[in-house]
Amino acid sequence: MDHFPTNWGRPRNDAYDAYNTYPLHQRPSNAPTHDKFADAVQRTQQPIVTGTSVLAIMYKDGIMMAADNLASYGSLARFKSIQRLHAVGSNTVLGASGDMSDFQHIQSLLDALVTEEFTHQDANTLGPAEIHEYLARVMYARRSKMNPLWNALLVGGFKDGKRFLAYVDLLGVTYTAPSLATGYGAHIAIPLLRQAVDGRQDTLTEEEARKLLHDCMRVLFYRDARSLDKYQVATVTDAGVDISDTIKIDTTWDFAEGIRGYGAQTQ
Amino acid sequence: MEAISVDMNRLKAGEVNLGTSIMAVQFKDGVVIGADSRTTTGSYIANRVTDKLTHIHDRIYCCRSGSAADTQAIADVVHQHLQMYTQMVGGAPSVHVAANVFQDLCYTNKDNLSAGIIVAGWDKEVGPSVYNIPLGGGLFRQPWAIGGSGSTYVYGYCDATYQEGWGREETVNFVKNTLSLAMSRDGSSGGVIRMCIITEEGVERAFVPGNELPKFWEGNEVLGAPLKTKEVSDAVPMPVDA
Amino acid sequence: MTSIGTGYDLSASTYSPDGRIFQVEYANKAVENSGTAIGLRVKDGVVLAVEKLIHSKLLVPEANRRIQTVDRHVGLVSAGLLADGRNLANRSRDEASGYKDTYRQPIPLKFLADRLGMYVQTYTLYSSVRPFGCSTILGACDKTGPTLYIIEPSGVAYGYHGAAVGKGRQLAKTELEKIKLSELTMREAVMEAARIIHLVHDDQKEKDFELEITWVGEETKGVHLPVPKDLLEEASRRAKAALEEEIES
Repeated sequence: MDHFPTNWGRPRNDAYDAYNTYPLHQRPSNAPTHDKFADAVQRTQQPIVTGTSVLAIMYKDGIMMAADNLASYGSLARFKSIQRLHAVGSNTVLGASGDMSDFQHIQSLLDALVTEEFTHQDANTLGPAEIHEYLARVMYARRSKMNPLWNALLVGGFKDGKRFLAYVDLLGVTYTAPSLATGYGAHIAIPLLRQAVDGRQDTLTEEEARKLLHDCMRVLFYRDARSLDKYQVATVTDAGVDISDTIKIDTTWDFAEGIRGYGAQTQ
Repeated sequence: MEAISVDMNRLKAGEVNLGTSIMAVQFKDGVVIGADSRTTTGSYIANRVTDKLTHIHDRIYCCRSGSAADTQAIADVVHQHLQMYTQMVGGAPSVHVAANVFQDLCYTNKDNLSAGIIVAGWDKEVGPSVYNIPLGGGLFRQPWAIGGSGSTYVYGYCDATYQEGWGREETVNFVKNTLSLAMSRDGSSGGVIRMCIITEEGVERAFVPGNELPKFWEGNEVLGAPLKTKEVSDAVPMPVDA
Repeated sequence: MTSIGTGYDLSASTYSPDGRIFQVEYANKAVENSGTAIGLRVKDGVVLAVEKLIHSKLLVPEANRRIQTVDRHVGLVSAGLLADGRNLANRSRDEASGYKDTYRQPIPLKFLADRLGMYVQTYTLYSSVRPFGCSTILGACDKTGPTLYIIEPSGVAYGYHGAAVGKGRQLAKTELEKIKLSELTMREAVMEAARIIHLVHDDQKEKDFELEITWVGEETKGVHLPVPKDLLEEASRRAKAALEEEIES
């Protein structure tokens, strides 16, 4: 998956702005000018204020999810203390990358859904599987109207002793795995997560899980130009949903001091 | 190499643009909002004394950036909506409510609008608050917000300068200095600074004329020009012995 | 009833010569045929209680709840035609979720009660419809604190400290007036509510009933919930004991 939400759904052309450096409102189009569809009405929007990767894993007591606190505006780090993890009811957490206004829209959809379920007063509550299925239906319906919600979402939860972790994106694509990531995380963090988690979900402790996510968030901060060194972790266990305070990533740069030039240079 | 086509010609041909510097900052007793006064069509200044601070309710104002037509239409709708709301609920709306009505309009019509709006004001529930609604129609509460084309030049200044716990005077100066810096670097911003100080007591206007803006470094020599040597008028040639 | 046979009572769109709408008054009669429902607005919350008459032994105990939830912070109980009450509850839910869509904050009960009153009132204007055959108590804890409203078949919506509708409302009102409602805690209010419902039921010498109590306020962190089972049982036990004491004395 392409890391830059801006490029999702667009023709690929690495020649222009491969690093997403333009402010969004004056971004050059990647499409060739003689494109057959150049004159067509463009109904799909583009993401404007975006969030980057979300990471999530299963562990012994439930699931754990992490996302940083940044909402970017093109390459501008515009909002540096926003939350991208959202509790849905008391058994589910939703993590969002992609367009933040669409994410806020999804939050209100889910809040309305949970409230409706609550007013039924039938002792039934929506669990992570239901939330995920609902989101998949919404995301697919919107892409079918050629007006997608520009997000890649992770849904995690713990209900009736069962863990749940699944992905859904702007196309309505869904899949599930013991470790998941969106955006740049899918390139960089997934190998690390799979190595540590897959097959060990039942024994991985909370402490180990936290350290794993912390290490992955650090790598992402080193390598993702749209990331921030502040992030939050959510856990869903039989005790319910807990979204942590902001955690600061510790970084190492000492090794760089002695580096000289780019080859033969020594001083 | 092919010409790079500009993907998003968001403004329609001939549309009046609020290429702008706008700002809102909350402090203990209220908020200070401010804006430049330049309105352009292309590079022509259509109005050099525009008022971009728009009244929404008794203690709620907004700063508009983007298309003048779009943002005026939105502000008018919200103004009407909140008058209705006041009668129905029997009290003034909170800034949160106003910001949400703005957000709703900006989000649901995002494909047809170019509007970046800052909503700020005072209410009896939470006191002062500032909300930012950028292009896509998201809603973000912030202690201070800047917007418009000029804002991109002054993020660093704001980050370096802003501190929590300021009083009214410090906040007004912060707004004045920030806007002045933005206006000096952004060709689409300029003219005068208009400000509003919104507190429980009321809304007070402040004005800085374009010839009295705070001054910062402007350079004092033209680099590359021939060096001016000091002319010595009363120099007497040194006597040379024969 | 003097109105019978005069012809002025056939439609909600016709006044009688002395300015009354008999269809609305008949709707109030429908309210009097059902079990009593009460609401107490106290210091830190609102308590709703209802005397749910059991008309058949074949009904599942504790099923068919009479007190409904409109939004997380709003409870509703109606007396009269129960199906009409359900319709009002559904309408209330739409109002509450619509308000939240626009303003992203919970609906103030005053606003909801006004809107619901307007809705009910429209059913008193046309010959093609019948006015609502129920009086509805709305209770909530919103940003202004605990609030309590009654909406009558005429469409009027008044705020109250203590509310009673249904068959035993007169006695219930008398009892409510004796209590210093604004000094009570929610727990104390639950006890009082149970006592009043038992008292008015006893007074009617009716068939079996189930006591249903919900609350919203500080005890529930602002969420409308049924009171815990143990508290309900304790309240019932105390209510019965108080009744017997009264009979003996």
